[in-house]
Amino acid sequence: MSQPMAQQTTAQTTGRPVLHPHPTETKPYKQSFYERTYLPLLGGMMVTIRHFLRNLLGRGKMYTIEYPEERRNYSHRFRGHHILTTRPDGSVRCVACYLCAQNCPAECIHIEAGEHPDVNIEKYPVVYEIDMLRCIFCGYCVDACPEEAIIMSNNYDMAYFTREQSIVGKGDLMKPFTFDESQLGYRPRFPEEDAQRARMRRGAFDLVAAAKQAQAQEEQKVAAGR
Amino acid sequence: MPTLAPPLPETQTSPDLEAIRARFPEGSITPQEGTDWPTWIVRREILVDLARELRDNPATQLDLMADLFGVDYPDREERFDVVYNLYSIPRHSRLFLKVPLREADAVVPSLIDVWKGVDWFERELFDMFGIHVAGHPNLRRILCHEGFQGHALRKDYDPARRWILTEDKIYKPHFDLPDGEDDLFERMTINIGPSHPAMHGTFRLMAVLDGETIIASDVEIGYLHRCFEKMAETHSWQQVIPYTDRLNYCSAFINNVGYCKTVEKMLRVEVPPKAVWARTILSEFSRIMDHCVCNGTTLVDAGALTNFWYMFQIREEIYGLLEAVCGARLTVSACRIGGLIQDLPPDFEARCRTLLEMIPPFIEDVEKLVDKNRIWLDRSVGIAAISGEEAVNWGWTGPCLRASGVAYDVRKAYPYDLYDTVEWEVPVLYGGDVYDRYRIRMLEIRQSLQIIRQLLDRGMPAGPHIVDDPHVALPSKEACYNEMEAMIYHFKLIMDGIQVPAGETYQLVEGANGELGFYAISDGTGKPYRLHCRPPCFPIFSTFPQLINGGSLSDSIVSLGGLNIIAGELER
Repeated sequence: MSQPMAQQTTAQTTGRPVLHPHPTETKPYKQSFYERTYLPLLGGMMVTIRHFLRNLLGRGKMYTIEYPEERRNYSHRFRGHHILTTRPDGSVRCVACYLCAQNCPAECIHIEAGEHPDVNIEKYPVVYEIDMLRCIFCGYCVDACPEEAIIMSNNYDMAYFTREQSIVGKGDLMKPFTFDESQLGYRPRFPEEDAQRARMRRGAFDLVAAAKQAQAQEEQKVAAGR
Repeated sequence: MPTLAPPLPETQTSPDLEAIRARFPEGSITPQEGTDWPTWIVRREILVDLARELRDNPATQLDLMADLFGVDYPDREERFDVVYNLYSIPRHSRLFLKVPLREADAVVPSLIDVWKGVDWFERELFDMFGIHVAGHPNLRRILCHEGFQGHALRKDYDPARRWILTEDKIYKPHFDLPDGEDDLFERMTINIGPSHPAMHGTFRLMAVLDGETIIASDVEIGYLHRCFEKMAETHSWQQVIPYTDRLNYCSAFINNVGYCKTVEKMLRVEVPPKAVWARTILSEFSRIMDHCVCNGTTLVDAGALTNFWYMFQIREEIYGLLEAVCGARLTVSACRIGGLIQDLPPDFEARCRTLLEMIPPFIEDVEKLVDKNRIWLDRSVGIAAISGEEAVNWGWTGPCLRASGVAYDVRKAYPYDLYDTVEWEVPVLYGGDVYDRYRIRMLEIRQSLQIIRQLLDRGMPAGPHIVDDPHVALPSKEACYNEMEAMIYHFKLIMDGIQVPAGETYQLVEGANGELGFYAISDGTGKPYRLHCRPPCFPIFSTFPQLINGGSLSDSIVSLGGLNIIAGELER
């Protein structure tokens, strides 16, 4: 055991008596006789046995989930993979104003603007890339966008084999894989929509149960398809 | 200009300080006007004498050397300012000392004889500004690599520069040890880390062992250094918030609050009551989470794995709450300057109450497992013990200091948000060892739960979640799409950033492991001129070699866990 350090706080030059407002010695915890007998370990054993039986018998209350078969269902505000929204005709809604690139703390958005044939739209992004390995998913691009052109989904599955793959271009960002409303993520400053989506997701409070439910639905779909 | 709340309090100069000032030669101390904390501009010739006087004079008793940092003003004749942040725990007073230095003669005397805690701060000053500290026993780079050239926080240093750093320049410690003639075993120098699981991050511990006993040791840090302070200077005030997440990433929300409060203080904006209420609750949940991580991993270091799962379950559920509020779990970025990222979810209170029900059983389970468990008691009681007097001299704050018998808590000393309106206590223990650090965290979790419960009983205040000021907060989307003015504000806020009036301030909050302070200097543009973070871990970890010398190697691992050192915050 290491010893408390020597007390050296004294006035070396002034010669004035030193006040000791703080304790100069440590008073370690003293073990009682009962604690020295190792008997309290039995109480601890009871705790682990209780948890063991609870997990063994009440399987519905397990704290762990079997990812990737089971998935956690995050809230409707989750800041996940970005989506570039489209106009009704399928073209990108972005007008290449660069606000998202300007507001990005990680500087992961790269935009090259081009002239749009429609004079009312003026500009559109020829290149729109997000480096997903650089992105910190802070949502600042969504905050900045004045066109609702970039929004976030609650998709958190992002794994890449190479660094080049992690730079996601306009085409992949526009893929409407998440236009299911319940799959949208962080969208601040729309209080009414937020409340509506919260109602949609009220049942999702128990994340594990929701994940299991989603899995059962998936299985049903597969069975029905067959 | 942003709306102005009541002006900041005038500089308070107490008669005691005036008496001390009169004792030193005329012109060597000039009080600075217009600052919100008492600040003295001091000539460096009298610095050591003044420091000793301020520490020992019963009228001031500035015993805690909280912080030391530099500021670079390239256009000024005296280019550098070295700022000392002193606090008196018994007197509850704070004093800043500023020492101006010329570039050609950038030398300050070391205060290591007065406060031991300045050791690493002075090394950081040398590393970041190239200011020589006369009389420092071990003045070398601390956060940057030995092969790094230039000094990163000088204004003329380009943050985009890159250096090739090679292994041959790595610091090799030299231990001055007496000859051990009667040693039975051969001495061995062992290197643990920087990527060793027991090192909780990226620290490197070099220890000379005599058998199992550490007879000398040294630590090396800087493996996670990101130069947060330089990055802040190149980003707008709002963009710094995600960077603060990565300081103490176990309780990112508290960092957000600390930083936002600093900027709000400079802007003099009044945060809406709903945001204040939610900030207090989520800060306390973050503190619980941080304490759970710390205690859980400390117990794992001692071999008690089960507790880790119980503790991490709490953390998991609190992450669920944070995710429902802001959309992220670890790096939350949940605060915005002037309020919160978005309105609280409708089920916020219900979720909080569920957590209040859920947390205590897990805490009790852990206490039943280890509190009176002789194996844990033998591993922790008396290990790495430090007295309150010593801990204060080393600049400790937070739960580690309170475990040594000093009741200093920023939430009581400088109450912010709603802490002065709820009933709670600052738990204090006197062992100063690993066991009491573990116990104090358990007690603080209970106090945090009590705070949250009282706030929930009070009910969620109505109103907006962010200040309604288009110079600070983005206007609502509806306004953006319908009003030209709101759209212009939106563009101006994003392109130019929040325009913070020129000035400087220090704002402190109680982080999960001590006093977390931000010293911000603005020159009136959209970016911070200088932003300094007072990292609570930094002085604590500088004590580590002294704490573990003389103990066994396995005890050093447990001691490290008990100190709750977070690399992201330590190295910024």
